[in-house]
Order: sequence, then structure tokens, then C-alpha cells
Amino acid sequence: MSVDGCVRNYNFAGRRNAVAAGHTGRVSAGEPLFAFEAVSVGPPEARRLDGLDAQLPGGGLTVVAGPSGSGKSTLLRLCNRLDVPSEGRVRHRGEDIAQRDPLRLRREVAMVFQRPVTFAGTVLDNLREADPGCDAARGAELLERAGLAATFLARDAGELSGGEAQRACLARALATDPHVMLMDEPTSALDAKATAVLERLATQLVQDGTPVVWVSHSEAQMRRLGDFVLLLDGGRVDREGSAQEVLGGG
Amino acid sequence: MDSAGEIGFIGLAASLVLVGVAFAISLRLRLRLERELVVSVTRGLVQLLIVGAALAIIIDPGTPLVWSWVWVVGIVVFAAATVKRRAPAVPGLFWIGLLANAVTGVVGFAVAFGLGIFPVRGTTIVPIAGMLIGNSMKSAIVVSERLVEALSEQRAEVEARLALGQPWVAASRPILRSVMRTALSPQIENTKALGIVFLPGAMTGLILAGVDPLDAVLVQLALMYLILGGVATTTAVTALGAVRRLFTSDHRLVVLPRSTRHTG
Repeated sequence: MSVDGCVRNYNFAGRRNAVAAGHTGRVSAGEPLFAFEAVSVGPPEARRLDGLDAQLPGGGLTVVAGPSGSGKSTLLRLCNRLDVPSEGRVRHRGEDIAQRDPLRLRREVAMVFQRPVTFAGTVLDNLREADPGCDAARGAELLERAGLAATFLARDAGELSGGEAQRACLARALATDPHVMLMDEPTSALDAKATAVLERLATQLVQDGTPVVWVSHSEAQMRRLGDFVLLLDGGRVDREGSAQEVLGGG
Repeated sequence: MDSAGEIGFIGLAASLVLVGVAFAISLRLRLRLERELVVSVTRGLVQLLIVGAALAIIIDPGTPLVWSWVWVVGIVVFAAATVKRRAPAVPGLFWIGLLANAVTGVVGFAVAFGLGIFPVRGTTIVPIAGMLIGNSMKSAIVVSERLVEALSEQRAEVEARLALGQPWVAASRPILRSVMRTALSPQIENTKALGIVFLPGAMTGLILAGVDPLDAVLVQLALMYLILGGVATTTAVTALGAVRRLFTSDHRLVVLPRSTRHTG
């Protein structure tokens, strides 16, 4: 297995189908982005994750997929400590995130949510919630990275369309200069055109060196985006690898 | 007043007629509230008679003042228990309510008695405590209930702020401000409407008892300002204490009732 473009074959639970995922050349090896070690979330009678062992590759775009209730959003929320494990441990780049300052971790591991949540005020006001020193020039730069024109800075955030609001949220998340971007079904409320824009922006982020973890339940999206796919079912890993290996066919 | 007792009994009889109407409505519409109605009316009657008898002893000039203070402590504890019952989702709310009401009581009494606005007597201690803590308790209940509701309904916004690395204080600030405004507004409106819409009971009672109207107005104003200050104090202490308990030490919002959590 080569160093670049591969995922190590992890075998925590002895039931894994981890395979090489070098089909795009964007997945990098080295310290895993996130490692989940025997992670359970929720009470024993209603586990959202159930003894999960998994590792997300150090770079590229990872798609976390699975049916409703499989634990994919929970897994994402563990990555920036909006949720914490009931049992087990989560590591980010080898470091136990329970030992990290949660506020600093969240600025490094940014998140875009399923439904765009804008705060009261203009788009620039929203950016300043993440970066209080954000001026017009910095705001324009952030908006450009999120595919919005600088003229949006003065727009009332509450009056944006769904697609525009989600891109404004992406710009706001980028305002903390994150090392990782978590995206929780960010296109589920968007039309096809807005979805395509957001997918392109996520791909651009990866090309610029920011790994993305994207939760999706769309098989087509998994195939389009996923350098690496982690398929969950019942709070455990069902399959993992490249989209083709996980989903089969082409 | 010679006729006060008679008016009381007429009022009681009239109230019972209206309870009879409620009983009839419940029967007719099959609401099955008849038993509840009888129990609540009987219980209210017995409770108030006991309280009336106890108050008569407490405010008697021959009774040591310490019993008035014991009564005040009882009001503070009962108010805290009521606040806790109304917003059970807030951990430790009884103690927060106790602290809020105690602070309000201490500040209110310090002003009322320390500055010589009212004389320290059984007839002033218990009624002032009742008005001060009673009004403050209502605001504490509103602020606790609304805080839980607002944080639950607006969980997405709070978590979006937390996800930007904001500490819980900053993430909850917009909601806290809105909830505190909601809790304080009724008392501010009451104060605004003084004498126009809202006819204060204490003032009316004093005038009926033969006190000079200007003196009665001054007493009423002093009471209203005390209550306004007390409501603001209780609301602030309760809101700040409660919101702290609704976030974990690692800046996560706790699970709340009616919360729309993620499903994936």
C-alpha cells in the first residue's frame, strides 16, 4: 500500500472491510483525521453509536453515510465535541479530543449543519460572530471562498435563499480558519443547482488542503464526492472504503 | 371596617355559586373535573383559613418579631420549591430559586426597613415579603420556563454558535436577553399603568382605612418600586443561575424536553 493515496487497513474489531481508497489520489495517509475507539453514545437501551471502531483518513473528502438513525450525525458531532462518547475515545490527529480545549477544538474543526442557521443581522454581522475582527476585505475573501459575491456582506442574513444561506454559513465556518470542515447533510434542503455549487465548494476546500467530512444519505452524492466512504448501520460500521468498493458497480 | 367580615362571606358565597357553574359545565360537557373542583375548592378554603389564623397570631403586636421572620423564610422556601416544580428541566433550580428569592428579600428589606421607609413590625414584614417574593416568584417562573423552551426551540442556533468556538455565555446571550425582557416586561407594564389601568390594592386599602390619600400613594409607590427592583433581582439571579446549569463544563447544551435533536 503506497503512502500517498491510501488508507491504512485498520482492524480494530476484527469485522472490518477496510480497503485501499486511492482512486482519486486526494486521500492522504499519516495520522488519521479522526479515530473512534470502541465509541458508544447514548444509554445502553438506546445506543446512537454502539462500540464503534473507525478511522477517517488524514485528508480528502470522507463521506459518512447510512440509513436514518444509523449514527452518522452523532459521529460528526463527536468530532467537535457537540456530543461526547458515553464510552470509548475519539482522537483527532492522534490526540484524545477529551483532553483538548473544546472551544479551540471547535474553531479548528468547523461545522456546517443540515439546515442553514443564520444569526440576526447582516451577513458581515454573521461573519463577525466567528471572527470579531472581520472587516469588509476579509469578509469579501471569505464569501468568495463560499461562492458568494462581496455584495452579500450588507445583505440581511434572514432574507437569503436556502442555498445562499448555506453558503453564508460555510463562509462563517471558514472565518475561524479551520483545519477540518464537518458538513452534516448540508444539501438536504437545497435544490439541485445549489447542491452542485456546495459540492464544488467542498471539493475546492479539499484541493486547498482542508479535509472535509460530509454526511450524506445519497448514493449518487457518495459516488460524486467520496474519496473515502464510511457506511454506518445501527451505530456500527457496516462497510468502508472507496465509493465503488462500498457501493459496488460503477 | 365593621362590614369587612360580611363582605367576605358574601364574596365567598358568590364564589361558590361560580364554582357551582363550573361544576355544572364539567358535568354537562363530561369534562370529568367535578372531583378536582371539589378537592381544589375545599383545599383552598382550608389552606387560607389556616393561613389567616396563623397570620392573625403572627402580626399580633404581642407576638415576637422572630415569628414574622420565620414566616418570611417559609415564603422564600415555598417560592423556590414552586419555581423548581415549574421548570424541572433545570438541574438545581430549587437552590437557584432559593438564592434568588433570598437575595431579593435581603435587598428589599434592607431598602424598606434600613432606609426607614416602613417600620419593622409584624404587620409590615409579612405583607411586604408576600408582595415582594410573590411577584418575584412569578417572574422567576416565567424566566425559568421560557429559558428552557427557548434553548430547546433554538437549539440549532445555540449549537451553531458553540460550533464557532463561542463559550456558552456568548452562545446563550441573545436568548438570555430575550427571555429576561419577557420576564421583566409585565412588571414594567404594571408600573407604567399605575393608577390608570392597574389600581393598586395596598393604596386602596389604606385610603379605605382612613389614611391620607397622598400618604397612601407614597406607600404604594415605595412598594411598587421595591417590587420592581425585587422582580429584576430575582429574574437576573434565576436566569443567570439557570442558564449556567443548562450547559456542561465543556460548553455543550444539555438535552432538554421538546428538543429537536438530530436523527442521523
